[in-house]
Amino acid sequence: MPTATPSAPTNTLGFTKQDYVGSKSTLCAGCGHDAITAQIINAAFESNIEGYRVTKYSGIGCSSKTPAYFINQGWGFNSVHGRMPAIATGASLANRNLINIGVSGDGDSMSIGMGQFVHAVRRNIPMIYIIEDNGVYGLTKGQFSATADKGAFLKSGAVNELPPIDPCTLAIELGCGFVARCFSGNPKQLNAILKSAFAYQGTVVLDIISPCVTFNNHDASTRSYKHVKDHDFPLHDLGFIQYSEVEDVEIPAGGTEVVTFPDGSKVAIKAIHEDYDPTDRFGAMKAIHESMAKGEFLTGLLYINPTQPPLTEVLNLVDEPLASLGEAQLKPSPAVLEEIMRSLM
Amino acid sequence: MTASLAAPLKPLGAKTRINDFSIQVATVNGSGSQTANSVLLRAIFQMGVFVSGKNLFPSNIAGLPTWFTIRASAKGYVARKASNEMLILMNPETAKEDIAKADTGALVIYDEPLQLDKLRSDLSYIPVPFQKLVTASCPEPKLHKLVKNMIYVGVAARLLSVDMAEVKNAITKQLKGKAKAIEINQGAAVAGYDWAMENLPDQDHIKVVRDNKTQGLIIVDGNEACALGALFAGVTVVGWYPITPASSLVETFIDYAEEYRKDPKTGKSTVAIVQMEDELASAGVVLAAGWAGARSMTSTAGPGVSLMSEFIGLGYYVEAPGVFFNVARTGPSTGLPTRTQQSDVELCAKCSHGDTQHINLYPGTMEECFQFAYDAFDLAERFQTPIFVVTDLDLGMQNWSSKPFAYPASPYDRGKVLNQQQLTEAKDWGRYKDVDGDGICYRSLPGTAGGKGAYFTRGSGHNEYAQYSEKPEDYVAVVDRLRRKYETAKAHVPTPVFRNQGSAKGVLAFGSSDPAVIEAQDLLAETGLKTDYLRLRALPFTAEIDAFVKEKQVVYVVEQNRDGQMANLFRETYPEHATKFRSILHYNGHAIDAKCIVDQITAFEQK
Ligand SMILES: Cc1ncc(C[n+]2csc(CCOP(=O)(O)OP(=O)(O)O)c2C)c(N)n1
Ligand code: SF4
Ligand SMILES: [Mg+2]
Repeated sequence: MPTATPSAPTNTLGFTKQDYVGSKSTLCAGCGHDAITAQIINAAFESNIEGYRVTKYSGIGCSSKTPAYFINQGWGFNSVHGRMPAIATGASLANRNLINIGVSGDGDSMSIGMGQFVHAVRRNIPMIYIIEDNGVYGLTKGQFSATADKGAFLKSGAVNELPPIDPCTLAIELGCGFVARCFSGNPKQLNAILKSAFAYQGTVVLDIISPCVTFNNHDASTRSYKHVKDHDFPLHDLGFIQYSEVEDVEIPAGGTEVVTFPDGSKVAIKAIHEDYDPTDRFGAMKAIHESMAKGEFLTGLLYINPTQPPLTEVLNLVDEPLASLGEAQLKPSPAVLEEIMRSLM
Repeated sequence: MTASLAAPLKPLGAKTRINDFSIQVATVNGSGSQTANSVLLRAIFQMGVFVSGKNLFPSNIAGLPTWFTIRASAKGYVARKASNEMLILMNPETAKEDIAKADTGALVIYDEPLQLDKLRSDLSYIPVPFQKLVTASCPEPKLHKLVKNMIYVGVAARLLSVDMAEVKNAITKQLKGKAKAIEINQGAAVAGYDWAMENLPDQDHIKVVRDNKTQGLIIVDGNEACALGALFAGVTVVGWYPITPASSLVETFIDYAEEYRKDPKTGKSTVAIVQMEDELASAGVVLAAGWAGARSMTSTAGPGVSLMSEFIGLGYYVEAPGVFFNVARTGPSTGLPTRTQQSDVELCAKCSHGDTQHINLYPGTMEECFQFAYDAFDLAERFQTPIFVVTDLDLGMQNWSSKPFAYPASPYDRGKVLNQQQLTEAKDWGRYKDVDGDGICYRSLPGTAGGKGAYFTRGSGHNEYAQYSEKPEDYVAVVDRLRRKYETAKAHVPTPVFRNQGSAKGVLAFGSSDPAVIEAQDLLAETGLKTDYLRLRALPFTAEIDAFVKEKQVVYVVEQNRDGQMANLFRETYPEHATKFRSILHYNGHAIDAKCIVDQITAFEQK
């Protein structure tokens, strides 16, 4: 139930922002992951998300702890290392009314959980899949992850000799219909992307660069706040307009591309640097590769195709959540058993 | 050409074995022999005779040797019999070896060009000109390889006095609705039969005589029986990954779901079936779906259970329901994937790291495969935990005759789930609070409206309110309660079945060993050794099992693995009786037979 106090602003459901918070974070002060949590709270509040429908899944890692820190009204499932996608798959099939948010780390998704990441994306599970990407394993004290840049240093002096895996190009390659890269230090952009993500039907892959202040924020790091800030190239200004507000919001003419979601919500995309068409899959791949070669982080909505059917639709499931079906709908009659038995005689 | 019979068809001094024999058919995998063998089995079954079939097949799609044994038994024994009275040798690769292993006096039907009749003089040879008969009976050369097998069905039918009308019916049944195939196969069987009528003398070594033992019975395999149990239990989410011998469980379920789980008006399905990328992912889907309120299952074999074990431990500790069928095969590693074994006993009892104990169901008959599969979903939701239903290749993939399954009348038990109103009214609800003292707590389902009941599920330490905790007392409270819950399960799992002859000597077995143990028990009694047989049907061990262990002087634990895994569980559970348990083992990949049990028990008794 909304717990609005007279002074705090409420959303259309009557909830205050306080209704979207979780338990107190136990992460290091300044950890990028906490900034992401803050934006999930803001975006859920502003998008009028019904907290009881939210399910939060994670694997293991500092990043995977964060679902405990937002939307206490929702159910959380902190599972095992790298296997969050299977949990999201099972629960989303059981109840198609859930709003599924998965939080993972670069270690959790790009190493131990690579197989599950790939297949969840391929199946288009209806979920927001967030990778809080710091280039290291925070929770096990700073080993390199598979997204670490080639030539990156650890504080200890160890050098990463292997090339990084990029979750975004990988997701586009796998057919994901909503791929974005963000920086935890750019709350405005992250907020707009998260709100757009809430309106999307299938898998949303968000690779959010999220510095680990304890193990990967030193001067030589390519994932430090300073380095990422200096190399962040936001592609566009994004404005998300929820379906309920579409009537009232005027989209400025000229240079703004509008992508409409099946529910009527719109995202207005105004290019900053150069013409970038986020609905062009091959163009997106090319631009990302070129920017990576220059050591830049292209951030923003990298690719979008709002019409891909999620797995729940592909399986042609009944409208009612499977979890709510009872014996009357599920148990075949004695006549059916008799018919089957006769066929086996 | 008239077949020349090197030896008389009746061995000297032997009595005709009526409805009591084994036939072994040696063929090449992928040659279509499975259909022919099923037809022969079915035809005998339709003659009213108890019959069982065992397919000994290679891990290969086509080209490697395969053997099928058909046992008829007037007394109703359906275990594999160690000796065979008739051999049908269609595979040139193995024919010589098969002859070398044959039992004295056996009838040997073989492909004439193989010229096997000089190899041994104590067998009765029946050379058949298969190629000639095929060419004459089937106009399409490309089908010759497939129908060749149907010819031996005709020959065997003639020799065994099986009614040709039953063979034709069996073909119709086996090839459901495929008119052309039925016609061609019936033609081939008749060609074999007619040839044998003309060219072979009568034999009175083994015979089928019409009986009425199979009236109203069905023929089914355990995977289909389990699939049907799951269908009637209303499973709604299936995550799986193909593996022999477990695949056909889900595949059969898919066929039934296509027919019985679709809304006739909208065509929409009431079950989500996803072939996952591996078994670990399947386990995650099952547990998360169970956590979210669906009835969920997977079907796998040993290698899959190994892979799943991290998630199974999570399921146990966070208390998420799910049904895990393990159709066991011969391990370790890939082992013999198409051979049977009961070697995952300890794996399923304690699957995963840390202190874990699981409810395991061990069906031993087709009716139990059906009923236990049904019950497993109730138990999973009642106990909020992964449930293993453990069968094996022998139960799962072989043909068994059975009474038709009784309709599972009991209503679904959805366990302790609080709905929106109950959550609103509940005072100080905690996800892991043992309100009733039975170790089972009340859960809420994600998506329940009303703003009450949300909680955070975590594999890390937690307290009664599902909050993160590293406090020693919180940890101990949870794992001790889980043990209490396991104790509670003793009153809810299937109790053992007894077959007592009034003896202080106990025999204990489970699952697919049952028919061999029953037969062995009778054979032992004939030699003067009476035994009391307890067939275990579940873990944890129930009160009846406690009493049996206490009361018996010795307990022979029969199982199909090398290490005596079930006996180990017994020694661990009943340390004060540890010396009573003696292992009777069979683990070469073939289904267990009565003789090996009799021999081992007799050897122990003579010590
Ligand atoms: C099966 C398994 N192996 C290893 C671990 C140890 N472990 C915990 S977290 C972690 C890495 C987490 O890295 P990442 O996903 O990048 O999260 P971060 O802490 O950086 O946010 C590892 C290896 C584990 N929990 N489970
Ligand atoms: S170790 Fe790094 S990733 Fe983990 S909480 Fe601290 S700053 Fe964040
Ligand atoms: Mg990391």
